[in-house]
Amino acid sequence: MLYAILCYNDEDVVWSWTKEEDDAVMGRLAVVQERLAPIMGPSARLLPTTAATTLRKSPEPIVIDGPYAETKEQLLGFYVIDVENLDAALDVARQLTAANPGGAYEIRPIALYHPDKRVP
Amino acid sequence: MTDMGWINGAITGARPAAVGALLRYFRDLDTAEEAFQEAALRALKSWPANGPPRDPAAWLILVGRNAALDGLRVRAKQTPLPPDEVLSDLDDAELPLAERLDGSHYRDDVLRLLFICCHPDLPATQQIALALRIVSGLSVAQIARAFLVGEAAMEQRITRAKARIAKANVPFEAPGAVERAERVGAVASMIYLLFNEGYSAGADAVRGPLCDEAIRLARLLLRLFHTEPEIMGLTALMLLQHARLAARFDAAGEAILLEDQDRSLWNGRLVSEGLALIDKAIRHNLPGPYQLQAAIAATHSRAARPEETDWAAIDALYAALERMQPSPLVTLNRAVATAKLHGPEAALSMISPLEDRLSGYYYYFGARGAFLAQLGRCAEARAAFDRAIALADTPAQAAHIRRHLDGLIRTPENDR
Repeated sequence: MLYAILCYNDEDVVWSWTKEEDDAVMGRLAVVQERLAPIMGPSARLLPTTAATTLRKSPEPIVIDGPYAETKEQLLGFYVIDVENLDAALDVARQLTAANPGGAYEIRPIALYHPDKRVP
Repeated sequence: MTDMGWINGAITGARPAAVGALLRYFRDLDTAEEAFQEAALRALKSWPANGPPRDPAAWLILVGRNAALDGLRVRAKQTPLPPDEVLSDLDDAELPLAERLDGSHYRDDVLRLLFICCHPDLPATQQIALALRIVSGLSVAQIARAFLVGEAAMEQRITRAKARIAKANVPFEAPGAVERAERVGAVASMIYLLFNEGYSAGADAVRGPLCDEAIRLARLLLRLFHTEPEIMGLTALMLLQHARLAARFDAAGEAILLEDQDRSLWNGRLVSEGLALIDKAIRHNLPGPYQLQAAIAATHSRAARPEETDWAAIDALYAALERMQPSPLVTLNRAVATAKLHGPEAALSMISPLEDRLSGYYYYFGARGAFLAQLGRCAEARAAFDRAIALADTPAQAAHIRRHLDGLIRTPENDR
């Protein structure tokens, strides 16, 4: 069974960490991830919500600055894509919208990406 | 058990909202600061044992407010009661907790705090000192060291700034839309000046972190104005410039030019965030000086190797910046891109009319010398380099020009 573990914290606090504090946390996490390598799929650290853009999946999709802020919808899934820039990412999101309208996509750049650690 | 690193981060992160709210209650910077200080001390005692509160800012506001009120009551027994207006906002202490501490209040509180620090009556040096003290929470000693002045002098600078604000009778209501638009520009300038203080100090352990602080303040401002493309541009510009820190100096501390930097040393996370923000800003189609400068920095960041730099894009961006903010320095920078695109001759004729205005400027003669050297006009190049050395601000700048001069001396047959 595959599970996604979604990480929540106060970004004001996390982005106020000094480099030493950040390195210490990342170091501790790396040890755990290494230990769990046989069951560890891809993982990612996202950039702050100030870097996010949201595409509202209305019939004529609307681009909004900032993260997805509504509370009446729930997080149902996510994609990781590799593109040149935000416009290209929005283009992908529009193609996905065409196949599955309704709701929204939050497009958030990834700060750090660890590929699948499981042995093939 | 709660990790002390987390606690310090939580207190620092909550500081702008908490001090801003306390300022709304007490309408006095010193009282707000002391109240926050007291709350932070109590947090350091309470949080490790009891675990962190769900909303650190709300906790610090309540505890700080109560501590300050106790202080006022004690003083009130010895001295006459404070004037009514000092406590006028206390009636909202009766509102339900959730309502009092909701996000929109934080937003106005933080904004008011930033606007007060960047009050138009204050000179830029006082704005920066006040923002670092009040918003960022640096100690007076830390700020004094960062600005290379004595602690007493910095204390005086901050006290004077507070006195001016008290005299200016700053309104404490949430600022209206027009005032916001006017004054957000002043906050942005203050943040960029602060960044440049740190940037010019390079890897200096005391002054360098001013860059991190400026970026933190910019993120805070961006959170308040998350659809404002110039604030995205400002944040992107600083992120992209700061990303190069590890590559900007050699082991001896000498500056390394952009095209000679080891790009693998650029901080990838800061670059990604900067690129994401400038991409967002450009979509608004409302260009401004910060966005244009950030777009120039982004064009450099996107080139994996210097040879891959899109000089045509950089030349066009500088041309747009020239139209928006005409300045000989912008033209001088543009000339570097023009030289790559159209050769040194074109660049030289672009900068020659600037000589009167830039006659005291190291970079002008450095660039002029480099263009002349490329054209093989070595005697003139040497004269320009000599003037650049005379105008250099740092030994590293002078050393950099001397390397150019050495290049000329090695090929004397080119001299004419």
